[in-house]
Amino acid sequence: MTGPGLDAYLFLAAAMFAIGLFGVLSRRNLLAVIVSVELMANAANINLVAFSRFGVHPWGQALALFALALTVAEVVVGLALVILVSRTHGSLLAGSLRDLKE
Amino acid sequence: MIDWLLFAVLSFFALGGAARVVTSENLVHVVLYLAVTLIATAGVYAQMDAGFLAAIQILLYTGGVITLMLFAVLLARRNGGSVPAEGHTSPLRSLLVAGLVAGLSGYTILRGGAPNRAPEALSTAELGRVLLDPLALPFEALSVLLLAAMIGAIVLARRKDA
Repeated sequence: MTGPGLDAYLFLAAAMFAIGLFGVLSRRNLLAVIVSVELMANAANINLVAFSRFGVHPWGQALALFALALTVAEVVVGLALVILVSRTHGSLLAGSLRDLKE
Repeated sequence: MIDWLLFAVLSFFALGGAARVVTSENLVHVVLYLAVTLIATAGVYAQMDAGFLAAIQILLYTGGVITLMLFAVLLARRNGGSVPAEGHTSPLRSLLVAGLVAGLSGYTILRGGAPNRAPEALSTAELGRVLLDPLALPFEALSVLLLAAMIGAIVLARRKDA
């Protein structure tokens, strides 16, 4: 038995993805939701690197690098939106964004 | 054996940090626990011989993104938001959905018969050649996207009266 194989890394990523999904679904605070989305993106990246490492396709690492940059762009815009919402609504509760409903 | 031990320690920090990210009640703690998870993930990358990616993860994420998030937490508080994370809406249902997704993924991994081929490492030099020869166009498109995101963020967060 050598080191951990592909399965071990996939299980780690699946667990992290599920934890992040729980955060996205249950958090009330917009910033906490964005942080949970980060967790999910991170889990996807672990998968990409693992598949690259265990010989499915060597470009997996390059794809992970692109995904990393995309996540950073998403975070930047998301945080700008959070600051804008905190300025216009005075709170970060996701439930307070119901202007279109009322 | 030592590989499994290292993997167990890294997984413990990654998943423990992740669990604290979604349960902690203080937003500053949430962001700092995210840093723990991201650093442990960098360790996992290093264990998979993806040293360049591990370095980028630490530089970009724990250096840049965490700092940015801390700034956002403190700026939002000044604007009337609050540092407490304000709890959860429907934890039981969310837990159920997340559990289902985890179960389904786990089942798929077990049943899927993942190819267990001989491990092969992609060196940083090869990665650089891949990025600049076959993937040159996506690489350039990405830089345009980053520029667009930066301009968008500035426009969104700018004060209207300034």
